[in-house]
Amino acid sequence: MSDYNFAYLDEQTKRMIRRAILKGLAVPGYQVPFASREMPMPYGWGTGGVQVSAATLTPDDTLKVIDQGADDTTNAVSIRKFFEKTAGIATTERTARASVIQTRHRIPEAELTEDQILVYQVPIPEPLRFLEPRETETRKMHALEEYGLMHVKLYEDISQHGAIATAYAYPVKVEGRYVMDPSPIPKFDNPKMEMAAIQLFGAGREQRIYALPPYTQVVSLDFEDHPFEASKADHPCDLCGAEDSYLDEVILDDAGGRMFVCSDTDYCRSRREAGHSGRLGGEAA
Amino acid sequence: MIELNNVSKSFTLHNQGGAVIPVMQNATLCVEPRECVGLTGVSGAGKSTLMRVIYGNYLAASGSVVVGGVDVAKAEPREILALRRETLGYVSQFLRVVPRVPTLDVVAEPLLAVGTPEGQARDKAASLLAQLNIRERLWGLSPTTFSGGEQQRVNIARGFAYDFPALLLDEPTASLDAQNRATVLGLIETAKARGAAIIGIFHDEAARETVCDRFVDVSVFSPKALA
Amino acid sequence: MTPLLQVKNIRKFYGARIGCKDVTFDLYPGEVMGIVGESGSGKSTLLNSLAGHLAPDCGEVIFDTRADGPVDTVTMSEPERRMLSRTDWAFVHQHARDGLRMSVSAGGNIGERLMAVGGRHYGSIRERAADWLARVEISENRIDDRPSAFSGGMQQRLQIARNLVTGPRLVFMDEPTGGLDVSVQARLLDLLRGLVREMGLSAIIVTHDLAVVRLLADRLMVMKDGCVLETGLTDQVLDDPQHGYTQLLVSSVLHV
Repeated sequence: MSDYNFAYLDEQTKRMIRRAILKGLAVPGYQVPFASREMPMPYGWGTGGVQVSAATLTPDDTLKVIDQGADDTTNAVSIRKFFEKTAGIATTERTARASVIQTRHRIPEAELTEDQILVYQVPIPEPLRFLEPRETETRKMHALEEYGLMHVKLYEDISQHGAIATAYAYPVKVEGRYVMDPSPIPKFDNPKMEMAAIQLFGAGREQRIYALPPYTQVVSLDFEDHPFEASKADHPCDLCGAEDSYLDEVILDDAGGRMFVCSDTDYCRSRREAGHSGRLGGEAA
Repeated sequence: MIELNNVSKSFTLHNQGGAVIPVMQNATLCVEPRECVGLTGVSGAGKSTLMRVIYGNYLAASGSVVVGGVDVAKAEPREILALRRETLGYVSQFLRVVPRVPTLDVVAEPLLAVGTPEGQARDKAASLLAQLNIRERLWGLSPTTFSGGEQQRVNIARGFAYDFPALLLDEPTASLDAQNRATVLGLIETAKARGAAIIGIFHDEAARETVCDRFVDVSVFSPKALA
Repeated sequence: MTPLLQVKNIRKFYGARIGCKDVTFDLYPGEVMGIVGESGSGKSTLLNSLAGHLAPDCGEVIFDTRADGPVDTVTMSEPERRMLSRTDWAFVHQHARDGLRMSVSAGGNIGERLMAVGGRHYGSIRERAADWLARVEISENRIDDRPSAFSGGMQQRLQIARNLVTGPRLVFMDEPTGGLDVSVQARLLDLLRGLVREMGLSAIIVTHDLAVVRLLADRLMVMKDGCVLETGLTDQVLDDPQHGYTQLLVSSVLHV
């Protein structure tokens, strides 16, 4: 055990954050203000998600942290180590084994279960922000369900690009009430948000927490004649051959060589362990 | 159709020591349908003032000015506007229009205002403009650029586009050549024949004698004693 | 006939300073009323109090709503009032940039009110935006340009299109032709007159330009120091002003 209080934050702070989380769960999609603390990492590195995780974790939990789907990138590694040190909890890279998963910009490919919690890191929680800079006005718009402006953004997309070009942080409507920013996950992940696990969203710099209880209705906004599409690169994974997973494009050389691989490293590895193989499965792995 | 009872009018000049200038007293006058009454009197006797009072452009100080059942002296603005739209036409000496609007539309406007279909309104406007010898190539231009005589004729065409039951004509034949003058007198006769009650000011004596059934000398309404 | 708008004893003070006081009038469907007066006369305060942008200290602004008949908009709930200002009401600002979203294309600006009331078909929203651009005499191929690329007159016409697309019944206009050069003003006035007649709009227009009200307004209200001095038919007030201040105002106009 370390000299830190369990999971770094003091108990009063965790209580305050838990109250915000409970309120968020009670009003799905509503942004609950909370007194965000200074964390030993810069804003933009997941201070919101870390505080939500800290308030959620119990000593028996097993934590998984992913950054763009990967367990082995700097952000994921340092947050995992942070909780290993301050909470002394078990960590894992296996989605199915984790009870709490903190994520930046992805939802794991494997279906989550009722005893899991997914914690998102959120940079800008306000979906209306880029069109309406005044916080007083956006709060009022949420309160009065004045969401026409959200469609203006999609209209602009279509008029300029011929299709809804928003590819990530694609706005959703929760339970027919609040319009919510799903954090910068690819729109490919939007349909997965109607899931069995609890989803919690933390924005540290913006001091907002919001949440989705299990099986909450989450609808991606669209037009009747330009319906929502959960798009991904039109390739199978070059390592594991998966056709249904979100892919990262990796440049291999300066002669145009490239490969597509699952952005969810755990999913990809599990498939390869089960004997699946893609175009470059033998050599590159 | 037009009935004035003891109408008086004065101007109070608040910015010139509150001077009160009475210009009309006890004006009483009645015009029936199919009748044209000419206003006479020397220049400055108050012919145009009387006409403006009837049209609601000047506010009567007392008395009643009943046109088609509406007392203009007391009516709400919207009642007066409805009266001007449907009942009371006015051909003034000056054309006042929105810049840039084509002549044909200026003439058709009174018809459109009462809901006449656009094509029908334009046809009527075109036939009036033709009768009044406004060349067709001018119809698409704004009358603000026209000569004085042309503007006058556009004004008349506009005044006769819709068949008003009551008409006020302020010098309709002034500065017109013989041919156009005859056309205008013809329009007045036609209006009378269809039942319009008309009050006119004509300096042109021959015209006056042709269309007027009787005359009212407005100098009898001049205030006798100035306070 | 029920008045579209009944204004009763509207009063707005800024601390001890008068904004406007004891303003009462009725506006009937299809009527256009001009409010004139010099800067600081309280005409803009009055307009903003009527349109719900300012909360008056006392008084009623009763609007004949489509659903429930006459309702006091001062005491109505904020969501209802905001809904009204997106549907049956429109507000044309003097400066187009106050009434437009400068970072959104012309089509998006016009479409916003449609989407705000539930329009979810891109094609039909775009079609109506194009139709309205044509009605305010802006070429359809400018539909994807931002208003910042438009001239002042075009911006003002775009603002009008954006406001009228939902077929409002009452339009508030604050110096709609202010800051435009005269030829552009004339064009705008002509456009407004046409729209008012076609759509049967009622409008309240605040301006200090007497030529504008003569051409646009059916009736006039003259204000000074927050009080209404004189009301009446537009041409009667301008040609036969009864109040000393109005006489001064009318005689101060330069004739070209």
